[in-house]
Amino acid sequence: MNPMQSTIFGVFATPLPSNLAAIRCEAQGDDWLRLAHELHASGARLLTLWGADDRDRCRAFRVRAAWLTPDGLVITERRIADTEQPSYPGLAELFPSAERMQRAMFDLLGIRATGSDTRGWLRHSGWPEDVFPLRRDFDATTHYPSQPEPYPFVLVEGDGVHEIAVGPVHAGIIEPGHFRFSVVGEKVLRLEERLGYTHKGIAKLFQNMRQKVGHGLAARISGDSAVAFSWAWCAALEAVTRTVCPERALQLRALALEHERLANHLGDLGALGNDAGFAFGLTQFSRMKEDLLRANAELLGARYLMDFILPGGVDWDPPGYAAGQLLLLYRELEEGLVRMRSIYDEHAGIQDRFREAGRLTPDLAEKLGAVGLAARASGIASDLRADHPWPPYDKLAPKLVTQTAGDVAARVQVRFDEIFESLRLCRALLEALSDGPVRTYIPPAEANRAGIGVIEGWRGPVAIALETGPDGTIRWCHAHDPSVQNWPLLEYAIIGNIVPDFPLINKSFNLSYSGQDA
Amino acid sequence: MFDVLSRIVRTGILTETPSAAPRTEELQRGIYRILGRALCIRHVDAGSCNGCELELQALNNPYYNLEGMGIKFVASPRHADLLLVTGPVSVNMEEALRRTWNAVPDPKLVVAVGDCAECGGIFGKSYAIRGGVGDVIPVNHTVHGCPPTPTAILSGILEVLSRVSEV
Repeated sequence: MNPMQSTIFGVFATPLPSNLAAIRCEAQGDDWLRLAHELHASGARLLTLWGADDRDRCRAFRVRAAWLTPDGLVITERRIADTEQPSYPGLAELFPSAERMQRAMFDLLGIRATGSDTRGWLRHSGWPEDVFPLRRDFDATTHYPSQPEPYPFVLVEGDGVHEIAVGPVHAGIIEPGHFRFSVVGEKVLRLEERLGYTHKGIAKLFQNMRQKVGHGLAARISGDSAVAFSWAWCAALEAVTRTVCPERALQLRALALEHERLANHLGDLGALGNDAGFAFGLTQFSRMKEDLLRANAELLGARYLMDFILPGGVDWDPPGYAAGQLLLLYRELEEGLVRMRSIYDEHAGIQDRFREAGRLTPDLAEKLGAVGLAARASGIASDLRADHPWPPYDKLAPKLVTQTAGDVAARVQVRFDEIFESLRLCRALLEALSDGPVRTYIPPAEANRAGIGVIEGWRGPVAIALETGPDGTIRWCHAHDPSVQNWPLLEYAIIGNIVPDFPLINKSFNLSYSGQDA
Repeated sequence: MFDVLSRIVRTGILTETPSAAPRTEELQRGIYRILGRALCIRHVDAGSCNGCELELQALNNPYYNLEGMGIKFVASPRHADLLLVTGPVSVNMEEALRRTWNAVPDPKLVVAVGDCAECGGIFGKSYAIRGGVGDVIPVNHTVHGCPPTPTAILSGILEVLSRVSEV
């Protein structure tokens, strides 16, 4: 992005601290919707949408939207007057993925998007309808008894139509969520998701938190993306304080991020085999995943790298022999993967289950605003590591992987291809690994400084936007998991499939409940 | 088919003997004496970040081979002897956790897995979080860690069983 550029579609814009090129602009009045229209027409993708309570500063709320454009990030902001019923123009007609973010924003802040679904999303029955926990004058320790409330699912009627209700507690080792299927016989006519069960009030916890401890909470927004989230947090804070991490720290962060991608992809490939009735696949892939986790524990300090990345660098300098051992592991993994891929590809039973199951066409994926792995399996060529490489990816030329079929088979192929590319990146990182420190001092940021960190995790882009408060604290922080955009895709991908294929199709997306509920 | 068989043969048996091995055989006999079948576990995620779930899933990989020890995960609380609960208990999951616990036939055991399940962990108690599992249902044993390793979870299950089989 041209750093001198000072307007976007005619509105004055200023640079925003970030690990990507980012600008922000105030879009008051009609500009809010006009800019959304312009961005939509130019092919921008909605990254995230959030609100903040600014009544203590300017007697207003604020809504912010972040878009990914070919030039980088664009953040638009709009002031919302503090009236009896604060509201702003909704974006869901242009960007359908905005709908659930708008519902979540109302539950937490009490600001309503026009034209939005008024059913609670994150608020089930745990706090009263007229209480908004993310407002600054709300005391986070307040408790309310649960008062069960009915949730009006959309009713599908017709000859032979019946409902199947599943969850929130599922039959397996999975996170909680509710799925309401309307079916005729085995065929799914409609699926409606109800999520929010794991809402943990993370945005409220961030309010007034010390800047130097926030990465620990960020890592626990979605445990399977701990590296991506903690890196996004640190990227935002480091951009705000203009801290430059040592080269070695950046390389180790990228190594950790690729290990996270490898571990999750290996786990998913095994689980997908299992869900197609091929237990052998689960055994083989879960073994490879365990080998990787054990190498993590021995060489990077923990099986899951929850506390590996911290502001200013990383917490652990691997021993000198780590590179040799990891290279050996990569070779073993690659050898196993080549064989497993040919077994999956040539197994008639598996291919019969994978192909054409849960198809999300490129056209629909585009309209719905799909992101990350699921988008790439439906022909959308978007991967921040390749499109907007931040250090150290700027030196690695990551290869972007896409498929066009949009079915379970395509999402399997994308995972295979990404694993091989990740292994290449890991090797390149180890070969070029710099000497030197793995951590630098990061000063506390001044008050009222905003920044955003965006990292391409294994599932898609995760984002952390924050603004600092006085005395080394955080004023507000918004965390975004790509599952928010991708959960609605599943409702479309399942249409016309049979109920028994749902676990397989669901697994092929493998979305985070915790990340979407936050 | 040949590829699959050759890979199975080349992989061999990877299952490791847990460090508590001598006790394990005793426990297996204990489980069989008390239940006359495998110990059935039902997992409930009461609001976790999904880190603990990853390590629970690992228990089924060939290294830990939980089923080989006579312990299996089941799909319904009505089939379970033991509830493994992860996560802080979110207010949105409180009712579901209580109902699941009620659905498990007596006598039943509850093991809280992870720091969040113990006390709410990093999420503490708030408008959205009730606290640890013990704040909502009775807990027999707690496994520490964030997330706890599969070995730690296995030890926790064996620990609570050994207490019961002594009774």
